[in-house]
Amino acid sequence: MAGRYLALRREPVDGVSAVVEFRAASYRIGAREILKSLSLTVEAGETLVLLGRSGSGKTTALKMVNGLLFPSAGEVLVDATPTTAWEPVRLKRRIGYVIQEIGLFPHYTVAQNVGLVPRLENWDGDRIRERVDTLLRQVGLDPELFAARYPAQLSGGQRQRVGVARALAADPSVLLFDEPFGAVDPVTRLDLQKQFLALRRDLGKTSIFVTHDVREALMLATRIALLRDGRLELLATPRQFQDSAGDEALAFLECLDWKANPQ
Amino acid sequence: MNSGLASEIGQLALEHLTLVIVSMSIAIAAAVPAGILITRRAAWRPWLLGFANVMQTIPSLALFGFLIPVPLIGGIGKRTAIVALVLYALLPIMRNTLVGILGVDAAVRESAVAMGMTGRQLLWRVEMPLAARTILAGIRVATVTTIGTATIAAAIGGGGLGVFIFRGIASVDTAQILAGAVPAACIALAADGALGWVERRWTN
Repeated sequence: MAGRYLALRREPVDGVSAVVEFRAASYRIGAREILKSLSLTVEAGETLVLLGRSGSGKTTALKMVNGLLFPSAGEVLVDATPTTAWEPVRLKRRIGYVIQEIGLFPHYTVAQNVGLVPRLENWDGDRIRERVDTLLRQVGLDPELFAARYPAQLSGGQRQRVGVARALAADPSVLLFDEPFGAVDPVTRLDLQKQFLALRRDLGKTSIFVTHDVREALMLATRIALLRDGRLELLATPRQFQDSAGDEALAFLECLDWKANPQ
Repeated sequence: MNSGLASEIGQLALEHLTLVIVSMSIAIAAAVPAGILITRRAAWRPWLLGFANVMQTIPSLALFGFLIPVPLIGGIGKRTAIVALVLYALLPIMRNTLVGILGVDAAVRESAVAMGMTGRQLLWRVEMPLAARTILAGIRVATVTTIGTATIAAAIGGGGLGVFIFRGIASVDTAQILAGAVPAACIALAADGALGWVERRWTN
């Protein structure tokens, strides 16, 4: 079955740069192989969604991009350089990272949270302030109202917006999202998803987005990588995905139909 | 109260305070880094915590006594008293430093690392500020205990308000005992209040 889907994989074309490339990347803890020889390229400007059940290896794959984890076999390249050859701090500051728990610093204001990476990079104060204002507007938060607040004074949706602004702060070349909208109510989630699409239209950032929500995958992806038990099962555009006949794709699509016709 | 007693109280209270401040400074300088170290090296945890724990379980009067024959740090006088007080204060500070840092939300730590903070930045900009309240609480407990324990320093010639207490016990003179105990209690209350204020102030 894998062969049929592998044909869909786009080879790097001249002029289209592969920003992230997995080359037979595996990850094991002891005897357990969490990711099995993943090969995949993510091209500039696209949103690659890693879709799969819990434990399918999608978060592991994501964490290999910014060097939170390193492959036990194979390699992951960012801007054509293996993650193991990158200086770890440099690699992480080039890549924005948004997680479900958000992880805002509770002792920092919204402005300090968003301005963190620029501050670590020793930008000057005026430039940081300007950048923070721009970013807060981009994620739909009025700087006048929100810059001085602490995370505890925000709603879940607002916090996640701050998390996205923080990830964008130093103008990273790649953004990683690990089920970022999983913990908010469905109405807020739709808002955040629309915001994501608007940001992509405006900024054209390359993103890798982990989710187990097939509806979210179809809405946000330019391509969907379906993982099952650590293997790449299918790599397809949302349209191709919807026409797919693979078991795992069908299992996910069934969730969608079932939601559409609850009888 | 005659002026002789008042001036002796003042002098011994000052001596007492010096014992406490010197001991606490050394204890903080040793126990906070030790606490940080054992957040990084889990294998050292039982050893360092175990040592501090054993020090605390030794009855304080006995600890002072044990130190007298020890070369370099022992003998009669202030130095021995300070060593004993330091050993006594280590546990609450070290334990609270460990607990405070380990208590930082895992998501906060993960995002700090993923933002590209170095180990040092993670410690000073994230972990220490978030653990400050817990660490200060440990310092506060240790300080109040040390103020009380320091009265025993007089038993080995360390001076301080304990001088009154031991003299009062020897001569069955309640007024003398109170002349030591009341100022010591007042210092302890004042220190507790002041450190409590710092704790609230620093960590809003």
